[in-house]
Amino acid sequence: MIDYSKVLSGTVVDTPKSGIRKFFDLMNTMQDVVGLTVGEPDFQTPWHIREAGIESLERGKTYYTANAGLSALREEINTYLTRKFNISYDPAKEIIVTVGGSEAIDIAFRAVIEAGDEVIVPTPSFVCYAPLVRMAGGVPVILETKFEDRFKIDPEALKAAITPRTKMLVLPYPNNPTGAIMTREELSEIAKILENTNILVLSDEIYAEMTYTGTHCSIASLEGMWERTIVASGFSKAYAMTGWRLGYLCAPAPLCEQMLKIHQYGIMSSPTTSQFAAIEALKNGDTDIQMMVEEYNRRRRYIYNGLRSIGIEAFEPEGAFYIFPKIGVYGMSGEEFCNRLLYEYKCAIVPGNAFGQGGDGFARISYAYSIKHITQALERIEAFVKTL
Amino acid sequence: MKTQLLKLLEHNATLTPEQLAVALDVDADSVRAAIAELEQSGTILGYKTIIDWEKTDREAVSAMIDVKLTPQRDRGFDRVAERIYNYPEVKSVYLMSGGYDLSVLIEGKTMKEVAFFVSQKLATIDGVISTATHFVLHKYKDTGVLYDAPEIDERGTFS
Repeated sequence: MIDYSKVLSGTVVDTPKSGIRKFFDLMNTMQDVVGLTVGEPDFQTPWHIREAGIESLERGKTYYTANAGLSALREEINTYLTRKFNISYDPAKEIIVTVGGSEAIDIAFRAVIEAGDEVIVPTPSFVCYAPLVRMAGGVPVILETKFEDRFKIDPEALKAAITPRTKMLVLPYPNNPTGAIMTREELSEIAKILENTNILVLSDEIYAEMTYTGTHCSIASLEGMWERTIVASGFSKAYAMTGWRLGYLCAPAPLCEQMLKIHQYGIMSSPTTSQFAAIEALKNGDTDIQMMVEEYNRRRRYIYNGLRSIGIEAFEPEGAFYIFPKIGVYGMSGEEFCNRLLYEYKCAIVPGNAFGQGGDGFARISYAYSIKHITQALERIEAFVKTL
Repeated sequence: MKTQLLKLLEHNATLTPEQLAVALDVDADSVRAAIAELEQSGTILGYKTIIDWEKTDREAVSAMIDVKLTPQRDRGFDRVAERIYNYPEVKSVYLMSGGYDLSVLIEGKTMKEVAFFVSQKLATIDGVISTATHFVLHKYKDTGVLYDAPEIDERGTFS
């Protein structure tokens, strides 16, 4: 008999399952649950984008593309980034089309981390960073952000987290799950700390289009930061294209050259159909984004006001499509709150501790749902809170 | 604010002024005032419910009728259009460019009833030259709403 415990990698075995996933499994055992848990748009990919994918299939474009992706797509990515965020990259050498933003994050870590290298990971944040750092042989150094700071990175705390082994800072803004953003002024404080070091920034800008109080600022657009920043982004959130699995990363050529090797041997090239659809998205998708963002913005105000009128404290989210209310004030842990809400009132929200240190006592509520659905969920939350 | 308000109401007329106020980032009283104004000016003409009657046991058929007309001196097509739209079974009347003049949507209980209306009432109106009746067999989408396949949220909590 084979002993699996002897063959499996200890690092992987010791990596916990995603807390979001755990909660989803729990929720799935119940009926008539009104959930505000999902992390993807409720819109379908706009039809003209889907059609571009279909057309590419009809015309038999079913081959591999260049490892870095279709050159037409890389050109469009550069045009888009220049137009929207004032950052530009050489499509031939500085852009890689990846399988979702997740692959972009993974290969960025793997290209730079050597055993024992430290990567500063602000939390609460999306669940993938620390596990991927560990699996690349690195050591995640958690930088807890705080409600009082509107979940932004505190420059002093960042300074304190830096050691001689620090290789990289993850910059997850606009932030899932907190809805926090960082403005140009706040980013320039971070830039000042990093400018004379050898520390890279991995800026996860997947929610860049979902900002409500101003336009997203990429740290790569700040003086001196382009050369040390890897921008990871994708099509999932902006164009409601989660299932197409398409993202990209942009970085100076010496970094891209190495990251491309990992992508080349591990993936070969990203899905061709998705790449053709993505070209259409970048060329003609601006009004779709605007329509969706306007709708998210309405829901954002609706849910923020709804929670406040119930008496739940939350800071007004400025980006992504989540709100991160403080629920740890009812004499129970965030997880207990969410469990009781689920079992007693059939309403699902994700406990904040699923998103790492600093998340306990909070919960992530997604507003990628219709107003009607949100209203139903708020009613259940209110009914529950009234009993406490 | 008014265009945004109209867009929201066009999509869902059941939103309360309070809900609309939050969505538009204004206060509920200004929403109430704006709605009153829009109703008074005839911009908002009414509020209706979209019903898929095929899901009920009520019998109903509808037909689109292309109507050709002789225009009348001074009044063009208006007089004839008025005579047509005054019938309660007529749901919509559009003046069209192209091969015919009016597009008339009518609803009746049975095909016989619709045929009777066309031959006895519509076709006999002075100024009507010809009619071509097309019965609606199935509605896939109406006023932007899909009739088949109720939307099921298939998203899971993965990210």
